[in-house]
Amino acid sequence: MSHLLEVKNLDVKFDTDEGQITAVENISISIDQGEVLGIVGESGSGKSVTAKSIMQLNSGNTLYNEDAEIILDNENVLKFTSKQDLKKIRGGKVSMIFQEPMASFAPAIKIGNQMVEQLLIHKNINKDEAKSISINMLKRVGIADAEKRFNQYAFELSGGMRQRAMIAMALSTMPKLLLADEPTTALDVTIQAQVINLIKDIIKEYQMGVIFITHDLGVIAQVADHVAVMYLGSVVEKGPVNEILKNPKHPYTKGLLEALPDINNLDEPLRPIPGNIPSPLDRPTGCVFRTRCPNPCDNCRNGNTEMGLIEVEPGHWVDQCCINCG
Amino acid sequence: MSENLISVNNVSVDFDYQENFISKKQKIHAVNNINIKIKKGSFFGLVGESGSGKTTLGRAILGANKISSGNVIFHDDETDYDLTNINKQDLKEYRKKAQLIFQDPYAALSPRMTVRDIIAEPLEVMRITNSRQETDDRVRDIASKCRLNLEHLRRFPHAFSGGQRQRISIARALVSNPKFIVADESVAALDVSIQADILNLLKQLQNELNLTYLFISHDLSVVAHVCDIVAVMYLGHIVEMAPSRKLFKNPKHSYTKALLSSIPSIDPENKSKAIELKGEIPSALNPPSGCVFRTRCPNPCDNCRNGNTEMGLIEVEPGHWVDQCCVNCN
Ligand SMILES: Nc1ncnc2c1ncn2[C@@H]1O[C@H](COP(=O)(O)OP(=O)(O)OP(=O)(O)O)[C@@H](O)[C@H]1O
Ligand SMILES: Nc1ncnc2c1ncn2[C@@H]1O[C@H](COP(=O)(O)OP(=O)(O)OP(=O)(O)O)[C@@H](O)[C@H]1O
Ligand code: SF4
Ligand code: SF4
Ligand SMILES: [Mg+2]
Ligand SMILES: [Mg+2]
Repeated sequence: MSHLLEVKNLDVKFDTDEGQITAVENISISIDQGEVLGIVGESGSGKSVTAKSIMQLNSGNTLYNEDAEIILDNENVLKFTSKQDLKKIRGGKVSMIFQEPMASFAPAIKIGNQMVEQLLIHKNINKDEAKSISINMLKRVGIADAEKRFNQYAFELSGGMRQRAMIAMALSTMPKLLLADEPTTALDVTIQAQVINLIKDIIKEYQMGVIFITHDLGVIAQVADHVAVMYLGSVVEKGPVNEILKNPKHPYTKGLLEALPDINNLDEPLRPIPGNIPSPLDRPTGCVFRTRCPNPCDNCRNGNTEMGLIEVEPGHWVDQCCINCG
Repeated sequence: MSENLISVNNVSVDFDYQENFISKKQKIHAVNNINIKIKKGSFFGLVGESGSGKTTLGRAILGANKISSGNVIFHDDETDYDLTNINKQDLKEYRKKAQLIFQDPYAALSPRMTVRDIIAEPLEVMRITNSRQETDDRVRDIASKCRLNLEHLRRFPHAFSGGQRQRISIARALVSNPKFIVADESVAALDVSIQADILNLLKQLQNELNLTYLFISHDLSVVAHVCDIVAVMYLGHIVEMAPSRKLFKNPKHSYTKALLSSIPSIDPENKSKAIELKGEIPSALNPPSGCVFRTRCPNPCDNCRNGNTEMGLIEVEPGHWVDQCCVNCN
């Protein structure tokens, strides 16, 4: 069976005054129906840009490589140009929960009206039905007095209510593919658990596929089937969630897990990964992590290696430089 | 001179809710009768349910939200400023000393200013620096401490990732060397490594400059690591407050217990042992009488269940405050 989504060899560059900036380099990922792919990684490593590529939502100065493919339901969405086609990937088959909720609600339109409007665009239903679906969804994400909140503007909600309203909006159209970009950053852990359970229920019921981007490794452990770890535009490691969290192979993944604050050991200092983040204008040749790696071999150190994932255990892929390095 | 920097006395904040022009106005009780003191040089943590009033309280302390009743006092070196009753000149002075890092940086950063200008603005508005060179030096210094690439300072905010934008607003808040910072979910968009960097920076400034923080966060592991004192909010009320280690080791209020039990484990095989909260989530438009948590509490006593208790913090151990209903209950 073919995948629900397959991203092949994607590069994303931005054309700026500073020059061409590589935000994403040679990414390949796939998702099946009913599967959750978690993406973790450094802030600025290209997670949101990757997700937005699937909906063609990156800004006007974006350059994609010619041979990149993003296949959704057997169509290459990077080739979509007509309004009709774009509608399919922007709210039809694909919905996105954006990282910054304020950015996705128009300030002068009540949140309920925005929810109804987008349902009317994508579903063959009337206004009353759209309203009742929306209110029901607001209730399911734990918003009390949903009928009243439906009538408020985004700025009148708390940060986490806004985020939940956006989750409700994205789920209400029952997309085939959900792109959830840091969807729970503004939620306390009890409501977070409720929202995650809701997403899991809908995955089961509708066989929805999900890309779940988050910095919260606990959330990843609880929702994801597979995980991809990104650093400076590249996927450096990917595999089943259990493998990545319990048996990480790449030094960046290991560093990330070591930086995690441990609530059971408050005397431990917080341990960031040492070294500076390279400028995207000055991407290291060879392994992208070599400027911060605790033990690069000579080949790595001189930038003489070539990146590319290889399978080290069934389903567990790691950058080949690292494997050859030992 | 007071050992506290901020005293919050019986503060409540209400907002109006109106369905449409003709319907009658209702009140959203966002913050209810809050009393806290924030010691100079301390890291005061505020956690709690989404929508419980944390941002509203933080903004009220900065004079950025109206206060419906009660008052907030800022104890500066020699002067006490009462924020509910402050003249324009003093408010201007206060704004130099107290900064907010917004929960949603996207909305807070002006899209038409370069990042350099955004970070430099407080220095320029307050006339803290004397030359462009000095301003630039300070901007570059704080930007690199906040892990931003200096090559990118001429860019506009839209060309950054979510976490980069968050670091821009942190840099902007820190650049003028304020005395007090309200940090509202300020590290939520950062990966754990950069987050550790930024938290270490904030802690360093606390030690070196005696900077005081109100640190609002949903990340309980982070709060446990950086905060000295933690207050837990639920539906407009503080239900528990204690030195950080005490609170995490020995939570007393039923909501705090439920909250701490819900921290997701990073072991995928370790499925949740969270205390499940059933029952209706109450609304700030129409809060329950008695204990505000009673509609979802796993084990309310009869008095609680019927709403016959009266809320208010009492000290159960030195420095450990818990809502009295809950103490009498157990
Ligand atoms: N319009 C743009 N022009 C130039 N560079 C951009 C633009 N949009 C994003 N970038 C850059 O692309 C890189 C990847 O950004 P992206 O938003 O995908 O990061 P991210 O992994 O989602 O990070 P975070 O966890 O902080 O949200 C960043 O370095 C960012 O500065
Ligand atoms: N400008 C406003 N107008 C009307 N109601 C508001 C306004 N600002 C906040 N509220 C209401 O006040 C209550 C508390 O909101 P607040 O933003 O303080 O919560 P919070 O604890 O910061 O939540 P979160 O963790 O989700 O950010 C909510 O019911 C919210 O809808
Ligand atoms: S390839 Fe070499 S430099 Fe890169 S992470 Fe692995 S060991 Fe370090
Ligand atoms: S006071 Fe009663 S209802 Fe409220 S949290 Fe405590 S036990 Fe539960
Ligand atoms: Mg992002
Ligand atoms: Mg808030």
